[in-house]
Amino acid sequence: MRRLLPLLLCTLFGATALSAADAREEVVLGLSQNRVAITADFDGSEILVFGAVKRETPIPDSAPLEVVVTVSGPSSPVTVRRKEKKLGIWVNADSVLVDSAPSFYAVATSGPFDAVLSDTEDLRHRVSVERAIRSVGAAMNIRDAQEFADAVVRIRQDEGLYSLRPETVSVDQQTLFRTAIDMPANLTEGAYTTRVLLTRGGEVVSTYETEIDVRKVGLERFLYALSREQPFIYGIMSLVIAVLAGWGASAAFQLLRER
Amino acid sequence: MQIYLPIAEVSVNAFLLLGLGGMVGILSGMFGVGGGFLMTPLLFFIGIPPAVAVATEANQIVASSFSGVLAHFRRRTVDIKMGLVLQAGGLIGAALGVVVFNHLKQLGQVDLLVKLCYVVFLGVVGGLMFVESLNALRKSRKPGGAPVRRQRGWVHALPFKMRFRTSGLYISVIPPIMVGVAVGILAAIMGVGGGFIMVPAMIYILGMPTKVVVGTSLFQIILVTGFTTMLHATTNYTVDIVLAVLLLVGGVIGAQIGTRIGTYLKAEQLRILLAIMVLAVCGKLGLDLLIMPDELFSLGVAGGH
Repeated sequence: MRRLLPLLLCTLFGATALSAADAREEVVLGLSQNRVAITADFDGSEILVFGAVKRETPIPDSAPLEVVVTVSGPSSPVTVRRKEKKLGIWVNADSVLVDSAPSFYAVATSGPFDAVLSDTEDLRHRVSVERAIRSVGAAMNIRDAQEFADAVVRIRQDEGLYSLRPETVSVDQQTLFRTAIDMPANLTEGAYTTRVLLTRGGEVVSTYETEIDVRKVGLERFLYALSREQPFIYGIMSLVIAVLAGWGASAAFQLLRER
Repeated sequence: MQIYLPIAEVSVNAFLLLGLGGMVGILSGMFGVGGGFLMTPLLFFIGIPPAVAVATEANQIVASSFSGVLAHFRRRTVDIKMGLVLQAGGLIGAALGVVVFNHLKQLGQVDLLVKLCYVVFLGVVGGLMFVESLNALRKSRKPGGAPVRRQRGWVHALPFKMRFRTSGLYISVIPPIMVGVAVGILAAIMGVGGGFIMVPAMIYILGMPTKVVVGTSLFQIILVTGFTTMLHATTNYTVDIVLAVLLLVGGVIGAQIGTRIGTYLKAEQLRILLAIMVLAVCGKLGLDLLIMPDELFSLGVAGGH
């Protein structure tokens, strides 16, 4: 028995290792850029996400390989307010705190969303926009809390911050894939988590995660930092610029008139 | 040309901002108003976050008012003494206003307050001014019409009298200080200099002659909005200097043009134009409150930060 156990373990491990390697399909990812610099003339950015599927074995002849790419900005709590008509005018009434909503969220898939990812897998990996938002901080007196979470998605979709782009990932011979993610001009700073999920028949077979760093640079960085760290100096600077500009224009017009 | 604003965190067209600044600057120079009551709603409209719009607008008004007031100094139409008295009230008001603003921001009612302030003040001020200047215009058309008499009301019965030489007035300091406080509160809450309420208050409550009203109003607006800018910059971090520079480059040039246009128009005509503009903005904002909005929901940053 003593001699048998290691042997047994050995075969057991060997078998699992072998079967894992057997089915294993891994993502090898490339990004056109892994950092986005917000400069003074920043006007949005397009990030090319491309990659290949690495596998030791022939392509499984089960359901075809599908690819889901998500890019998610830093999350923060959001207060959602709803207007109601009171005394004849529309005022903010109920509010719900959504615990965590990404500032930016894009999902690109290689086919129709429902066909590429099953509902249970969506729930497990929080892929769709609705699942990426965490709410349920609603007060007891508000029954339709879901409407508030939907409002976050709707408003940010209108602002171009949230998007679902089915059939925008092109997959070549079940091995190469590529897509382009548009990032709008109104981005916030932070680490943007980029995920790639490989699926077959709606089941996730492999995931890969990396980060895109979005930050202000140069003058934008300097002014932003100054306004937070030295608000007094920043305020004085704003006033000095304002007064100088006012005086400059006045003096220039005086010269023009005298001529 | 798109430009990314570091504090507002949005990208906007630089020429659009220059143009807006220029247009509002012309009005500012013509009427002695900062133009904030027009600019702030316009900034909301092009997608600048309200908190940033209000704070930055205060800074921009400093520039356009400074540009305008220099022209008035040369023509000696600034009552410095009156300006300083108004100012004393203005600083108290601005400090009160920022406290109220921050409190209401946490309650989520800041938009409502700002809009209600606009509708009520613009409506009352615009209406009064319109009726009054229409009457004055009709009288002045008649040959040998009666000269405008200065009213002697409750304002003249109060104590602490002071002589204001430039305005040719000998009145109590209490009404100017009260006017100053009221305008200071508005400046902080609405992101406006308060000229649209200050100008009529000077004419109708204090009885100042129209020719010194514009210069004096601009003079004291500079100080109030300068103070407001500092308060917003140090408590809310919402002054966007890039946005301010773009608006004020257009604004200061516009203010110079406006001041010159203003000298060619008669006082009554000037007032009736301002009244019409004030009523138009009031009507638009009032309708927004009454008509069901397209989007009932709005998003705010949690934690009031």
